[in-house]
Amino acid sequence: MPDSLAPNLSVAAVNEPFRTRSGGRIDRAKPLSFSFDGQTYSGVAGDTLASALLAHGVHLMGRSFKYHRPRGVMTAGSDEPNALVTVSRDAGRTAPNLRATQVELYEGLSAISQNRFPSLQFDVGGINDHFAALLPAGFYYKTFMWPRSFWDRVYEPVIRASAGLGKVPTAPDPDRYLQRNAHCEVLVIGAGPAGLTAALAAAESGLRVILCDEQSELGGSLLADTTSMIAGKPARVWLTETLAELATFSNVTLLPRTTGFGYYPHNHVGLVERVTDHLASPDSAQPRERMWQVRAKEVVLATGAFERPLTFPENDRPGIMLADAATTFVNRYGVKPGKRAVIAAANDSGYRAALALAEAGVEIAMIADLRRNPSGSGYDAARRAGLSIETGKTIAGTSGKMRVDGASIASVGEDGKVWNTQDIGCDLLLMAGGWTPTLHLYSQSLSKLKWDDAIQAYVPGAVAASQALRAAGAASGAYGLDAALSTGFKAGAEAAVAAGGDGVTTRVFVTISAEADASTFLGAMPHNRDANRVRAFVDFQNDSTAKDLKLAVREGFRSVEHAKRYTTTGMATDQGKTSNMPMLGVMAQAQGKTIPEIGFTTFRPPFTPTTFGNFAGAARGDLFDPIRRTAIHHWAEGQGAVFEDVGQWKRARYFPRQGEDMHAAVARECKAVRSALGIFDASTLGKIEVVGPDAAEFMNRMYINPWTKLGVGRCRYGVMLREDGFVYDDGVVGRIAEDRFHVTTTTGGAASVLNMMEDYLQTEWPGLNVWLTSATEQWAVIALQGPKAREVLAPFVEGIDLSPAAFPHMAIAEGRICGVKTRLFRVSFTGELGFEINVPPSAARRVWEALYAEGRKHSITPYGTETMHVLRAEKGFIIVGQETDGTATPDDVGLTWAIGKAKKDFVGKRSLARPGMTDPKRKQLVGLLSVDNRTVLEEGAQIVADPKQPKPMTVLGHVTSSYMSAALGHPIALALVEAGRSRMGETLQVLVPGKGSVAVKLVSPVFYDAEGASLDAV
Amino acid sequence: MLIIPCPHCGPRPELEFRYGGQAHIARPVDPSPLSDEEWASFLYSRDNERGIHAERWRHIHGCARFFNVVRDTTTDQILASYKTGEFRPEAV
Repeated sequence: MPDSLAPNLSVAAVNEPFRTRSGGRIDRAKPLSFSFDGQTYSGVAGDTLASALLAHGVHLMGRSFKYHRPRGVMTAGSDEPNALVTVSRDAGRTAPNLRATQVELYEGLSAISQNRFPSLQFDVGGINDHFAALLPAGFYYKTFMWPRSFWDRVYEPVIRASAGLGKVPTAPDPDRYLQRNAHCEVLVIGAGPAGLTAALAAAESGLRVILCDEQSELGGSLLADTTSMIAGKPARVWLTETLAELATFSNVTLLPRTTGFGYYPHNHVGLVERVTDHLASPDSAQPRERMWQVRAKEVVLATGAFERPLTFPENDRPGIMLADAATTFVNRYGVKPGKRAVIAAANDSGYRAALALAEAGVEIAMIADLRRNPSGSGYDAARRAGLSIETGKTIAGTSGKMRVDGASIASVGEDGKVWNTQDIGCDLLLMAGGWTPTLHLYSQSLSKLKWDDAIQAYVPGAVAASQALRAAGAASGAYGLDAALSTGFKAGAEAAVAAGGDGVTTRVFVTISAEADASTFLGAMPHNRDANRVRAFVDFQNDSTAKDLKLAVREGFRSVEHAKRYTTTGMATDQGKTSNMPMLGVMAQAQGKTIPEIGFTTFRPPFTPTTFGNFAGAARGDLFDPIRRTAIHHWAEGQGAVFEDVGQWKRARYFPRQGEDMHAAVARECKAVRSALGIFDASTLGKIEVVGPDAAEFMNRMYINPWTKLGVGRCRYGVMLREDGFVYDDGVVGRIAEDRFHVTTTTGGAASVLNMMEDYLQTEWPGLNVWLTSATEQWAVIALQGPKAREVLAPFVEGIDLSPAAFPHMAIAEGRICGVKTRLFRVSFTGELGFEINVPPSAARRVWEALYAEGRKHSITPYGTETMHVLRAEKGFIIVGQETDGTATPDDVGLTWAIGKAKKDFVGKRSLARPGMTDPKRKQLVGLLSVDNRTVLEEGAQIVADPKQPKPMTVLGHVTSSYMSAALGHPIALALVEAGRSRMGETLQVLVPGKGSVAVKLVSPVFYDAEGASLDAV
Repeated sequence: MLIIPCPHCGPRPELEFRYGGQAHIARPVDPSPLSDEEWASFLYSRDNERGIHAERWRHIHGCARFFNVVRDTTTDQILASYKTGEFRPEAV
């Protein structure tokens, strides 16, 4: 006999006192073991963590956020506000704030509750509950205001320690997360009856269809429907057949365990597929999650509806849950959520739950219907079943500590008067408050919601202009199985047609099912107790009550958006799934207005909490940002270089020898360049080829310098401004030919300079005949600097006369080096005789090594960016971004000489004439020498005249660059100081936080070889 | 993420583009005679429209060309896209 036909007298039924003997979509023959708060329990395949705990009679699954009240599971799905748990596989695989109702059970699962210390049963924070009167809405804003000094030392640390939901993992996440882009004509979100028929209709058109659902199985409400018939078959059979039919379409992608978390412009929808979270031993080849970025022509939202809780006093005790959740636990998971139930009903859902529970053997103590004259198929069936039904009843309160043990049921008159309270014992109290269409994604799409008075709910309104979506089934306000199936098919067909499909058929789904019922009650339920003392919870996750909302209204928070923030209702991970409509109801009551007059709050993505891994995908570690390496990188690595990040580039910062720190290495490298020869990898310099008959004119307009008269074969230091007159970039520009310039930019500025050039060329001066080409990666650059540079270089160069007369400072020539083409610049950023050898990157390493070998005769020394910085600072050369900060004019940094005075216009010229740009009190570039001749100043330090002046001090400027100069034997610094050039020789003070100040003398920014004698190295 | 219709390449995802600010702000042919106020207005004054907005985009990871788009900033609906130098369509 095959296993599946063996008599199923499972162990589970014995060990799990609340497990039913049969039924549901669980497999009683596959027991699983798991732990919750360290205690081991059993469950079965198909359980969620919540259903497995309920099978043991465990309702207490969490503590509330503010009052630390004991809380039980309230829902059976993603709307769960209470049962938030942390599931851990190890220190790095720890996920907080998971809803126990969505956590699929696997063998060995380990979960802990949150927001309690030391345990769920005994929580120290529960003391907050006794001081609830002291913790009203806006408590934080009111209480922690004074004294100001307490904020940093007392309030903030305490609040931080007690705030937050769950704890962050302590180790890096070892899992992989993938992302993929997907395109389809029709995306259907939600695979309940409406979503299934929508997908069927769209599938028949032959278009690409994606159907996703957040649950482990597709089917939605059908998964817990044991009574309806569709097309003459039980609902579960129809479901199985429909899924099989959908699977036959090659154009349909079915995605269970996939949540539509965000709806973005132009029908861009984010889905997260949980690939391995439900597995006991995930395959390491699989990603944990996969984010689908779907671009859909049309979207059908078949996201169903959430059941509304009822707002009555003490409605938050463990054992109080939504009626439909109870139906789901019994019918789908084979779990009885209690032994004796009271059902508070404002909707037929309460009757459905009562019938399902009664069939499973749960005693129905009473169905307390708020309505005076209920009717309909649910009511009739319950009466036929002989269940105790009382009408015109409200709940005036509940009792019990860790679990509800009774409900106070009272009569309520049409005038709202309450009398005749009767206490009834129960361990399960269900709330059937009606339904709220799930329109989070609809709202995220910026489409409008409109109030439907008939069903007392917001329903889809006008679709946002840039989106293409429609809702179907309960999400559209069409309740009941009949409506779900028919509106779903219709929406799917319409979506397919809108997306360009044809051949859509019509189908009729004949059902035998419960009548649709839109009855509801919104607002605080009437009761006869002291309204100032009782708490009826509206937002269970954020612990806000009807009393809080009423207080907020009394204090003047009339706008629903303000009241939301003041009371925190509808915020955080829950995003108001269960609380939004009750909140609007209470606020409407308190203001004597209708709900549409109150307005509506905005739903924000994500629909349910989404992992950072999902968004990061592969972009972490080395893949976080592309890494750019030069052709010399590996050589430098071999020499033990220490690298630094400059934009995306890795640059060698210094080359320490045995035992050297950065100071020692830089001092040695500096001396080598000044006394003999250094070699430096300048490949990261940005390069732009500016070519065309109007190239010189274009350069004249883009740069402050004059270019017309620059001879072919000559270079010039160019400075570029933004249109606002501030220095944007700089670099040496060589004229290769009349119509061709080799422009260099800063390492970090290459892309943005080219973008700015293209902007002017394309949009302001399209008449100029010029082409711009990025050449950054076409040329590797080897800088050879020092008195011996020419001697070492000469033997390798062909076709260029390197003699000082033929190839002077600021010359450029094309020729060959080591047999490859080169653009050879004679330039110096060090003040020494220098060459920058541009060669194709493929040949760069060979040329570098040849020069290095030849240079060994003269102790050639590789140097890095740190030495480059020191050497240029000794010469007073600025670095854009270090001496400048986006507010420095050319004059501020001593570059007025570079401006082409005869030019009528260039980018930024007009701005230089604005009054503020010529103010003599502007900050100007100066050199600083520490008076003690020893102290290396802190870069960024503030400069003042008198460090003893009262605060706030008058700050005259700041240090921009500061180094120990090996050549001079003392520290040097560059600074921007108010009217600095007129202060030469003055002594000012540089502030050192915590240590007073350092006296500095203002001097010329050129510290070394002011005459430029070293350039020719004669 | 928007889908932006490049007038040279067709519709492409926003990732391929770079925003270029408000459109149709021409740099004065000769800035020198402008008053400081006029120049400051050219430099800094932008409409910051809530609603229909003509703006520049550059298809930086495609054809690299600048072009103009008319977009409703409240809905992200793109009403028109046209080449640099062309007039804004009268209908939008």
